[in-house]
Amino acid sequence: MSLLGQVVRQFAFTNKAFWRNPASAFFTFAFPLMFLVIFTSLLGGGETPIQGTDLATSSYFVGVMAAFGVISACFTNIAIQTTFSRDEGLLKRLRGTPLPAGAYLGARILHATAVGALLIVITLVFGKLVYDSPIPTGGPLVEFVVMFLVGSLTFAALAFAITAIIPNADASPPIVNAAILPLLFISGVFIPLGDEAPAWMTTLADIFPVKHFADGMLTSFLGNVTAPGPVDLPIRIFVFEWVDVLIVAAWGVAGMLLATRFFSWEPRK
Amino acid sequence: MTERVIDVQGLRKSYGDVEAVKGIDLQVDRGEVFAMLGPNGAGKTTTTEILEGYRTRSGGEALVLGQDPAKGGTELKRRIGIVLQSTGVDPFLTVRETVELYAGYYPAPRDIDEVIDLVGLAEKRTTRVNKLSGGQQRRLDVAVALAGDPELLFLDEPTTGFDPNARRNAWEIVRNLTAIGKTVFLTTHFMDEAQYLANRVAVIAKGEIVAEGPPATIAGRDRMKARISFRPPQAAPALPDWGQSVGADGAFEVRSDDPTRTAHEITGWALDHGFSFESLEIGVPSLEDVYLDLTGDEEEQE
Repeated sequence: MSLLGQVVRQFAFTNKAFWRNPASAFFTFAFPLMFLVIFTSLLGGGETPIQGTDLATSSYFVGVMAAFGVISACFTNIAIQTTFSRDEGLLKRLRGTPLPAGAYLGARILHATAVGALLIVITLVFGKLVYDSPIPTGGPLVEFVVMFLVGSLTFAALAFAITAIIPNADASPPIVNAAILPLLFISGVFIPLGDEAPAWMTTLADIFPVKHFADGMLTSFLGNVTAPGPVDLPIRIFVFEWVDVLIVAAWGVAGMLLATRFFSWEPRK
Repeated sequence: MTERVIDVQGLRKSYGDVEAVKGIDLQVDRGEVFAMLGPNGAGKTTTTEILEGYRTRSGGEALVLGQDPAKGGTELKRRIGIVLQSTGVDPFLTVRETVELYAGYYPAPRDIDEVIDLVGLAEKRTTRVNKLSGGQQRRLDVAVALAGDPELLFLDEPTTGFDPNARRNAWEIVRNLTAIGKTVFLTTHFMDEAQYLANRVAVIAKGEIVAEGPPATIAGRDRMKARISFRPPQAAPALPDWGQSVGADGAFEVRSDDPTRTAHEITGWALDHGFSFESLEIGVPSLEDVYLDLTGDEEEQE
């Protein structure tokens, strides 16, 4: 069987098992929606300045919660599940079979990406129905999909990399959350960063991939929002920066190298 | 014509300054059940994991099915099955799905339902793994290791933590494996397990093999003197001198090269004096006697 065939087969079993744990599946999908509703209720109704232009706060949160869903599925979930699988000896057992490592890891990534995609669809449809937020089409949709795919792979690679510093499964939720929650806050995912945000915070956020990913997802999501131009041609208001994709991808490469070097298939004692 | 399945010469493994395995030799032929017997920390798991390809060796030669396990080739992994001391499988898949998943990793897997029958999980086929008892999960471990129809099966302490019934069942499974021609390499610290299952036993202590051979003859067990122990009633007259000593349980013990004759003398004397012994046993030294003798120091340290 080809590697791709093995990935697909492994994916099918992973997916079957995933849906048989309804509590876990439900909260995976409910979490971003819950945050969307809470944040929009708390901070919504008004407008949020983005790139110098005011945007409906509800639309802002639909965009960033789409990003948050992908980060949850690909970073938080993969890192925690992989640590548990490692400590249960599942990874070690697989290592003793002829299954190529890439088939197992590939299936994990593929599944998290599929969950992330489904989360985005749910979030966007919910946003459209409840808040009348936009849906990207055309060029912005391409940007949106590219950012999503690059982000999925990057956060999955970083998830595998971070398991190297997690000593045991019980420690995985606190460590993973301690790594990602501060970044989500300083990157404007939970609270929009207005112009008053301290400079050190935005500088710090610029180093890490979360802000670039959230910005890329948000600006492509809003790519079809236009204003009338000088010769009656509508012009795009929110600018998608391809450099965001590059920075996220660079983090993905770094994560992959670290994971290749330090990933452990055996339980830590 | 026998075929060597495992061939190990002068195998060494050091962790820093600690030498866990100090140059051991092992040969296992096709169709054998080979048991490595030893106390915790003797080097059993280290040796096994080197042969399985999980660890690299510090020195010596090792061949498994003619290949170097340290190279960790896919080709070798296709031909072996591994039951580790503790391993997980996905809790939300059923028994059959789990075996099916693993069977798919191998080029010529064994029939899935046949594997499930072999380990005695036929009635749990559609049960999810998280609903299985501990013993049933361990059987599933064996089923998963068998899924690819391996030539050689590694079982690392397969019955540790089992109740006596579950152990008996596990033993029957291993017996079934030999019936279908598998070679089994197992580690254990149970004497009776090695005695019941293995064609050959190697006793390992402090990283060295201190004795090796069939369970019945290991360490000259068969040539050791038989032990006759007996307990005369209170009213019995003073015993003649047969060279007896008083054993741990207060019974008299006589060692003999010719237990038939010695026992006849002793029981004849008793009958001549008109009484029977309260207890009378004749036995060869148990594997446990041999084992404790060989590994005694180690056990005391623990």
